[in-house]
Amino acid sequence: MDIQDLAQDIPVEGEYSLEGIDFITSGEQYLTFMLAKEQYAFDILCVEEIRSWETPTKIPNSPEHVCGVINMRGIIVPIIDLRLKFNICEAIYTETTVVIVLTIENAGTSRTIGFIVDAVSDVLNADESEIKSAPAFGGCVPQHYIDGLVNVGDNVVTLLNIKALQQIEAHQNSN
Amino acid sequence: MESSLLNLEQGDDETINSIFRAAHSIKGGAGTFGFNQVTEFTHLVETLLDEMRDGRRAIEQNDIELLLDSVDCMRLLIESIRDEVDCDLTKINETSDLLTISLNKGKEAEEVQASSEQSSANDQQQANSGQSIWHIEFIPDHHLVQTGNDPLLLFNALADLGELVVEANCKDLPAVTDIDAEELYISWQLTLTSSSTEEDIKEVFEWVEDECKLNITQESASSSDATPAQEPTEPDDSSNDVTPSVEAAPTPAPTVASAPPPPLEPVPEEIQTAKSQNKNVEAKATTKAKAEVGSIRVGVDKVDSLINLVGELVITQSMLSELGNDFDITKVERLTSGLEQLLQNTKELQESVMRIRMLPISFAFNRFPRLIHDLSKKTGKEIELILKGEQTELDKTVMEQIGDPLVHLVRNAVDHGIEPAEVRVANGKPEKGTIVLDAYHQGGNIVIEISDDGGGINRQAVFNKALEKGLVDEKTQLTDSQVFDLIFEAGFSTAVEVSDISGRGVGMDVVKKNIQSLGGRIQVESEPGKGSKFKVNLPLTLAILDGQLVKVGTETYIVPLITIVESLQAKPELINRVSGDMLLYRLREDNVPVIPIYKLFDISAENEQVDNALLVVVEADGQKVGLMVDDLLAQQQVVIKSLKDNYQQVEGVSGATILGDGSVAMILDVPGMITMAMKNASQAQLHKRTPILEGVTS
Repeated sequence: MDIQDLAQDIPVEGEYSLEGIDFITSGEQYLTFMLAKEQYAFDILCVEEIRSWETPTKIPNSPEHVCGVINMRGIIVPIIDLRLKFNICEAIYTETTVVIVLTIENAGTSRTIGFIVDAVSDVLNADESEIKSAPAFGGCVPQHYIDGLVNVGDNVVTLLNIKALQQIEAHQNSN
Repeated sequence: MESSLLNLEQGDDETINSIFRAAHSIKGGAGTFGFNQVTEFTHLVETLLDEMRDGRRAIEQNDIELLLDSVDCMRLLIESIRDEVDCDLTKINETSDLLTISLNKGKEAEEVQASSEQSSANDQQQANSGQSIWHIEFIPDHHLVQTGNDPLLLFNALADLGELVVEANCKDLPAVTDIDAEELYISWQLTLTSSSTEEDIKEVFEWVEDECKLNITQESASSSDATPAQEPTEPDDSSNDVTPSVEAAPTPAPTVASAPPPPLEPVPEEIQTAKSQNKNVEAKATTKAKAEVGSIRVGVDKVDSLINLVGELVITQSMLSELGNDFDITKVERLTSGLEQLLQNTKELQESVMRIRMLPISFAFNRFPRLIHDLSKKTGKEIELILKGEQTELDKTVMEQIGDPLVHLVRNAVDHGIEPAEVRVANGKPEKGTIVLDAYHQGGNIVIEISDDGGGINRQAVFNKALEKGLVDEKTQLTDSQVFDLIFEAGFSTAVEVSDISGRGVGMDVVKKNIQSLGGRIQVESEPGKGSKFKVNLPLTLAILDGQLVKVGTETYIVPLITIVESLQAKPELINRVSGDMLLYRLREDNVPVIPIYKLFDISAENEQVDNALLVVVEADGQKVGLMVDDLLAQQQVVIKSLKDNYQQVEGVSGATILGDGSVAMILDVPGMITMAMKNASQAQLHKRTPILEGVTS
């Protein structure tokens, strides 16, 4: 599916409008996506693929936000629902619900994890100077998952810290 | 060779011969490939053995120790050659010195015996009538030390033949700036007063013949008084080093006046040794890395059977494709039979491929006789090691990773298990302790048992220690096995004294972790005063599993076929609710606790009533339980995929697999599920909720 198509299909239209994609710019590139009405972004270099939603196999006694595992070409990939993880909204599965599969390398280990998001929207170029730090109060997303904020037009995109995300399940479920 | 050496303690002729043959073939092989260092070394060993073989030398304990050390050195040498790095020469030199000394002793003894009338004048400086003076001019090639030869060793050997005067000639030394530390620029003038023949002397230089110029001339014996007159022109290299034999030779005081510039003094090989020691540190790291990749030796029969199977597979394939070219409904029967054949072939092929990875466990076991030998020497305990089931085959990966945990367990058994001889005798046990290593198949698992007849685990000591560490509190009632499991906690040691063998409390937790990472588990049985037994359960292979697919609600799970005892439909009259809603199913004579999977995994099932439910009776760790499932599906082989790679270990699940339709299914870990149910039950008791299961520990 085309990313642009997906972006247009988003039920919560609103006033978001991103800059046109310019792949030649020098800054870091981020893949932005929607969780409810908010925009978030991953470092695009970590994105393995974007998959359409399929019901995963449940993992016994896993925390609520760990939906289960899927088979991605012979690799068992755990699926995490970011909406539940961050308590942003209820997990509703629509046509635009997709799974962004990231390969995250950290401290010599590499993990492939899928994250459920409401929709994928765009690729964002952002120079380091444009990234502002997030205010330290409010919000459902714990601070250490946030790398910074970027203003895009009238909107604010939250950049997520990939390395912290890798640890998501390690912290949980240890009981 | 090592194992024969250990047998040597019993010492019969045949063993010596076989050791000799082994040493000889190592020497021969090394010679063929030009590994002079190895050949030289092995030669010494061989000489010693030769004496033993001819009965000229009594076999003593310290000789055997020495030989064992030599085996280590040889292994070191060969490894270093394989990895193309220099190895630590010092240890080898030491050992070979020891060997030489030991040889000398033998010789002295011999000579004393043979010529008692010669009034044991061997060590004296007087020249006997039979002795003559040899002038040897030894001009080694510059690269001599690079081939692993050490002139000092040669001189030692010469000194053994008689009195030796060494005179170094440094005239070829280049300017300091031009010196290559790995080259040898010095030549020597040697004067030997000895009864030996030219042949004897030549033999000493046998290994360097091609790399030096050697002139041997004889002087008449009568002029022996000329010997001490010679003075070296330089401080003698040889005497700077620790060379006991050379010290015995009359080395006149060096005259410094004519000495060359001082910076040249260090002997090149010293520098080299230092260098190679540095290298050795790095080398060890690389050795390890290289070993990881490793290769595998496969029997020809296994390869042949593979080739046969591939041949059959090709035939089946061509048959099927021919059938497909022009297919009509009448040929369905041929198609089915063809497919059946294909299935058969695939299965056999798969089995043969798996067999390639299988090695007899003796590969892991054969290091233990030596280990026990060394340990029993160190601890002063006499220990007999019994190996059983050495032919049991095990996956290579499992084998490689089980080695270290096993070593640890055996060390523990020696250090903590077996009591000192006095205590043993006082307890009415034979003085000699016994450690048994046994390996056998049980279902789809391989079991390795390490048992000792020592003092057993002190239950109270373990419990006290656990109290101290805050792992348990005083009121906790623990079963024996629960107490013994405590020893696998990190930092747990009840050893009164920390020895260099064990007792630091690191290790058992690592052992357990290693074994668990292989998908195995470890159990302890122990009886005070009678000994303890560690049982390591390992999966035969890590890759493939025979499984029974079961359905619970919307989920499909796989029960490892090997754990299944039987599957049955529960008859309502055989179900008992006892002691607070615990479900027991009467299976013939046994009461089998029932674990409803949906409750354990917190999912919804179609059938939550136990009456008439389908039960899969499984057995793990000697405990039978009935798993309540909705439906039984097919049996099939599944490829195990780890959940840990991208997620983490999940309790009650040993892994996941991908089914024919591409979906993922969880593989149940039956023993893990039992533990889980037990934990849930005790938690439920605490929270006054309905227990799922209890009393499984019976």
